[in-house]
Order: sequence, then C-alpha cells, then structure tokens
Amino acid sequence: MDFINGKGLLKLCRENKMPISGVMRQREIITGKSSEEEIEQRLSKALEIMKDAAHQPLLAPRKSIGGLIGGEAKRVYEDSREDGGACGDTLSKGIAYSMAVLETNAAMGLIVAAPTAGSSGVIPGVLFSLQETYHLSEETVKRGLLNASAVGYLLMRNASVSGAEAGCQAEVGAASAMAASAAVEMLGGEAEACLCAAAMALSNLLGLVCDPIAGLVEVPCQSRNGLGVANAFTCAQLALSGVFHPVPFDEMAEAMYRAGRVMPYELRETALGGNAATPTGCQLGCCIRSK
Amino acid sequence: MKYIGIFDVIGPNMIGPSSSHTAGAVSIALLARKLFSGRIVKAEFILYGSFAKTGSGHGTDKALLGGILGFDTNDGRIREAFAIADERGIQYHFSVGEDESVTHPNTADIFLEGEDGKCQSIRGESVGGGKVRIVRINDIDVDFTGEYSTLIVRQIDKPGVVSHITYCLSRHHANIAFMRLFRDDKGGIAYTVVESDDLIPDETLDEIREHAYVQNIILIQV
Repeated sequence: MDFINGKGLLKLCRENKMPISGVMRQREIITGKSSEEEIEQRLSKALEIMKDAAHQPLLAPRKSIGGLIGGEAKRVYEDSREDGGACGDTLSKGIAYSMAVLETNAAMGLIVAAPTAGSSGVIPGVLFSLQETYHLSEETVKRGLLNASAVGYLLMRNASVSGAEAGCQAEVGAASAMAASAAVEMLGGEAEACLCAAAMALSNLLGLVCDPIAGLVEVPCQSRNGLGVANAFTCAQLALSGVFHPVPFDEMAEAMYRAGRVMPYELRETALGGNAATPTGCQLGCCIRSK
Repeated sequence: MKYIGIFDVIGPNMIGPSSSHTAGAVSIALLARKLFSGRIVKAEFILYGSFAKTGSGHGTDKALLGGILGFDTNDGRIREAFAIADERGIQYHFSVGEDESVTHPNTADIFLEGEDGKCQSIRGESVGGGKVRIVRINDIDVDFTGEYSTLIVRQIDKPGVVSHITYCLSRHHANIAFMRLFRDDKGGIAYTVVESDDLIPDETLDEIREHAYVQNIILIQV
C-alpha cells in the first residue's frame, strides 16, 4: 500500500474506508515493513518527547544559546490562563506550547523534528491544546500524529521542507499544513477536508521567508511557530465548516515548491535578508558572534 | 527514491537547535569515532562555511565533541560535552578552516589521535535534515552516509582485491546495496566501501583480512 500524492492518498482512504492516519499506518506496515507494535512504541516516544519539550519551559524557562529567547512561552501561557486573553484558551495554549518547544530546542533540549527542528513547535502546540480542550484520548492524538506525517511525507516527497531550499513557508508552512490536517481528523472531519485544510494552510503562508537573526533558530522562528498554530486552527475550522480552498493539495504543494525555487538566496536561511538584515538584526548578530 | 516513512517526517528525536548544525554534527563525529579503532585521546575539529560562521550559536562544537564521546543525536549529555571530555582526559581543539576547495556549506574535518599515537582524519558534510556524508578519509575522497551497514576496506590498489572482498561477502550471503572503490594513485592506498541492507557477519571480516593486500577493515553496523 503506497501513495505518491494527495489524490492517491484520498483514493486509498475511500477504497479502504480508512482515515488518513489509518492509510499511513498501513503503508508503514506493508511498504515500510514495520510492525504495529514498533509503530505504536515510536509514536508514544515521540509524543512523550513533544510533551516534555512543550511543558518544561512553562515551569522552568532557560535562556537559549544565542540569548535571544527564553521565558516567552511562560509569559504567554500565564497571561492568557485566567481569561483566555486575546486568542481564547485553546489557541493561547497552542501558541504557548509551540513557543515552549522552540525554547527547549534553542537551549539544546530534546525535541522531535516535525518536520524540522525550526518548525518543531507547531504540531505539539495544535495536538496538545486540542487534546486538553476536548479531552481527547492518547489514541486520538496518535492518529493526529500519523495524519500529520502523511501530509509531511507528501511535502518532503513532492515539494520541500527545508528553509535553505524553499524558505519558512516550507518549514512552518509545512508544519502548519500537517497540523491543520491532523486537527481536522482529530475533530471528526473526513480525509478530503483534511487535505483541504492542509492546502489552505500552505496557501496562507505562501512566500514566507526564512530570515533568522544571526542565523540561529530563535527569532523570528519562535513566534512563527505560534503563527503556524494559529494558521492551522484557522484552516481546520474553515475545512470543518465546509469552507474549501479551490486549489487541491497537490497543486498547492507544487505552488509552494515553485515559490521557494524563485525565492532569493538572501531569504533562504542565509541570515542575509528579512529580519536578519535589518540594522537591529545585524547588530544583534554582531553581539552574538563577538561573545 | 528512498522510502520516506512516518518517523522520517516526525523525527529525528534530537537535541536542538538545528538538524543540520547540531544533529548532523553529532552524526558526523559519531561516524568518525566508529571509523577509529582504539581509545581516542585527542580530537581536533576544523569547521568550514556555515558551520564556522554560526556554529557556536547552534552548539555545533558541543555536538561534534559529543559525537566523539559516543553520544547519539538525542543524548542530553551533548550539552555537557566539554566537561565530560575533560573528565575522560580527551583533549579537543576547534578552529576555522580556510580551504577553498571545500564547497559544501556545512563541512567539518575531524582529526583523531589514539593513545597508541595512531591518527586518522575524516571530512564530513551535514547535508540537511540531520543527514550526513563522509567525503574523505585520510586524504582519500570517499562517499558514504552511514545509513546502511558499511564495510570499509583499506587496501593496496592491486588486481584481485575487490573480487576477494565480494567473494567473501557472497559466501556469507551479505547483499551489497552500493559498492565503490576510491583511490589516489595507481598501486597506492585504496578504499573499498560496501554498503549493505543487512548486518555483515563478523566472520566475513576475518576472511577478507586474509588477503595479502588488505591492510585494515572497518565495519559500521546499522
């Protein structure tokens, strides 16, 4: 059982009357030659690492190696806990968790690249805040992770998930598309709606540049992971409400890749453009390098 | 196209902050350690390109040293690599390389010295997403990833050595996925690199070693 694009994935879902997570699990068993137990165990391990990475900085924040971030997630989490703040409880929590994972990452903590280290906060942010809001089972969260991995696989195969190759749209954009699709399945949406949410998530972040200050995975990566969460929730809700993006997922993946290919070198993880090239960004970069 | 599975997407589980500058650096050094036989007493690292420019902010130095200490990409002890190396009496030194022939932006040279005085150098590239390639061993260009079981035979460049190696492998039913021969000068030192999907049985090594022109064998099992 295998698929090489979104169309093929939806066909397998229809033929086997399975959600995207089910098809991805079967593919890993049949084509990837993994046992069901091994998959379960590795999913549990990934979720355990993600959970620690999303919670540790809320309890005991640490400064990043570059010194640009550390403590932001806790501030967002605590500020919004009482009254939901500007985003409401679910979204605030999702944003805080995603930012926390980036803090763990930037302080040389243990994370799961999903699909990359720089975008590793988006999926835990969406999955864990949904789990808490709707009291979802561990099994449902695992299905979310499997669903996200199917979308991520297609983007790795047919587009790119590398900031150096295609900008932040390929990292946070891809993570956001994966999380949007996962959220739709976790909340009971059909496979078609999942890929619609993913396509819309890519469309919304199309052209987003990769411009890390001092070349480090700190600023603007941390708040961009928050953006990835907000975008995933937006697209999941639209798809669940039957508001569909007219361009199918496969075409959107190609559009993202093409946009990345024509993106100037300065805006692809080189720290020569965007935030990194502003006077302030340059100054911060100089300070870090001279340390 | 190589199979992309669930945990190629949701993974690797790694110490941050960067799959290329941190996890990749660990993997290069870990391969360097596996390629070296004997106890390491000294490690020198030369960083090129983006490794040199943004390495300290990515913990590339700790990651490289951590790999030499035998830590995997998800091992929290990487953060304490300097202190642990001091404890174990391993000397280390980092510098920035000027060699213009280095084209890949994330490249590191690693020189290792053993307690018996034996030295070995390797050059590795971190090619993205935590994936790496070893491109040089002791001044001879090679190319392998360490993702497969890898057999590296150091030999004299003479007729018949490669056929001896493949004969030994076939006798033990080891299936060859990729195989290449690298050498500088005719009749000089050459390396045969064999990558296999399966474990390569240890007995194979003893048989390969029997050939007069085989000098050394390294096996990295996956």
